[in-house]
Amino acid sequence: MNAHAVGGMPEITYNFAYLDEQTKRMIRRAILKAIAVPGYQVPFAAREMPMPYGWGTGGVQVTAAVLGPDDVLKVIDQGADDTTNAVAIRGFFEKTARVATTTSAREATVIQTRHRIPETPLSENQILIYQVPIPEPLRFLEPRETETRQLHALAEYGLMHVKLYEDIARHGHIATTYAYPVEVAGRYVMDPSPIPKFDNPKLDNCPALQLFGAGREKRIYAIPPYTKVRSLDFEDHPFKVQRFAKPCALCAATGVYLDEVILDDKGGRMFVCSDTDYCNGRQEAGHRGEMAAPVGEGA
Amino acid sequence: MSVTTLDASLTSCLANGFIDPVMDGQASFRAAMWALSRPGRVEPIAAALTPPPPLTPEAAALVLALCDYETPLWLDPALARVPEVAAFLRFHTGAPVVEDAAEARFALIAEPLDMPGFFDFAQGSPEFPDTSATLILQVDAFTGGLVLEGPGVNGRAAFGAAPLPADFIERMAENRAGFPLGVDLLLAGPGGVAGLPRSVTVKEG
Repeated sequence: MNAHAVGGMPEITYNFAYLDEQTKRMIRRAILKAIAVPGYQVPFAAREMPMPYGWGTGGVQVTAAVLGPDDVLKVIDQGADDTTNAVAIRGFFEKTARVATTTSAREATVIQTRHRIPETPLSENQILIYQVPIPEPLRFLEPRETETRQLHALAEYGLMHVKLYEDIARHGHIATTYAYPVEVAGRYVMDPSPIPKFDNPKLDNCPALQLFGAGREKRIYAIPPYTKVRSLDFEDHPFKVQRFAKPCALCAATGVYLDEVILDDKGGRMFVCSDTDYCNGRQEAGHRGEMAAPVGEGA
Repeated sequence: MSVTTLDASLTSCLANGFIDPVMDGQASFRAAMWALSRPGRVEPIAAALTPPPPLTPEAAALVLALCDYETPLWLDPALARVPEVAAFLRFHTGAPVVEDAAEARFALIAEPLDMPGFFDFAQGSPEFPDTSATLILQVDAFTGGLVLEGPGVNGRAAFGAAPLPADFIERMAENRAGFPLGVDLLLAGPGGVAGLPRSVTVKEG
């Protein structure tokens, strides 16, 4: 019994990818139904995970149910591979599933993400798994679950259009900038998780399978590959994404989502790629932004 | 004498399940997941199983990967006729085998030509369309003759399987018309599985 004991402590072993097999089967069945009804939120019996709610317990459970020994896992948090949440979840699966991990969006077969879609276009054999805080797009308009469920059943999304219209009435444009509601395959209105609306066009006709997991709210939903995803809008106020005045200060990329970094208390700031893998790749390829270290000085 | 009978029944009931339940279950699920994600594509399923016939290794792998005590399972008459099949599935999954097709979360169909109508199975409810049944059909071959459109299909995809009910296209059209309600199909054929979720549109090719 104590053969594996180290220093008097029994060695801790986990089932592959932490969850027990019955839990994985339950999640897997929910994933299959989510794929069959694109955009519909399938209730599932989310488990307590060894991390607090809000740290991606839904995404982690979906990843654990999907992951196999040959997968290569990438985890990003707001586009970055090196933030606490991303490092912790990557470490979690290195330990419990012994899978290979990467920071490269090209090499990864499974990408768990918090609030971004990688800039590198995804391919057919990849699975993108979103961490979702509030899966119900109508929740802040109608707090009762029994009601929102019926609204989805009837495809009654007038409330959402009223909300977007009120944005226009108040601000002159649709002021929703993240978690921008989308219609999936012409039927369900879905919360794409708090990705910037800049990323919404990437949801549409994406070759990869997109899965969404909300742990506290106990919902799983999905967008199959090559599925029509339309951001809600009006004929006279079409959906638009934000533009950035300058390219990335480190890699000079344009047409990517940038983070603002405050440099001092005198108004100094820089805008850099939110996707660290993409930015590093461009810098390695020799692209230099206006604030990048000169070639030869190292990063 | 009684000893030999006991032995015979034991070996058939206890025909091996997955050699590695964790990894084989994961691989079989992934095949089913991609099959439903990309209708029309046959996903390879490595099934080192020897279930009692007429249950095929591929169909058995799907049931072992997806079913447990939470999922009532319905067997078509061809499978129900062979007690070893139910015994094998009960032993390896713990799933209750039900007589009433409408109660089943999963249905296993060995002879698609004689299968009951899709509406005999759970369709889900408007509030909970996920409570519908998943039908696992055993087919002899993946052929052609059908064209698929819908989520998961990049444009159009050619598909076919045999045998399928004569009125298959009409059945699938009715199933699609009821969206978001309806059944989802997994077709288990030699070496692979194909998926036809309720979101797919099936036409003659």
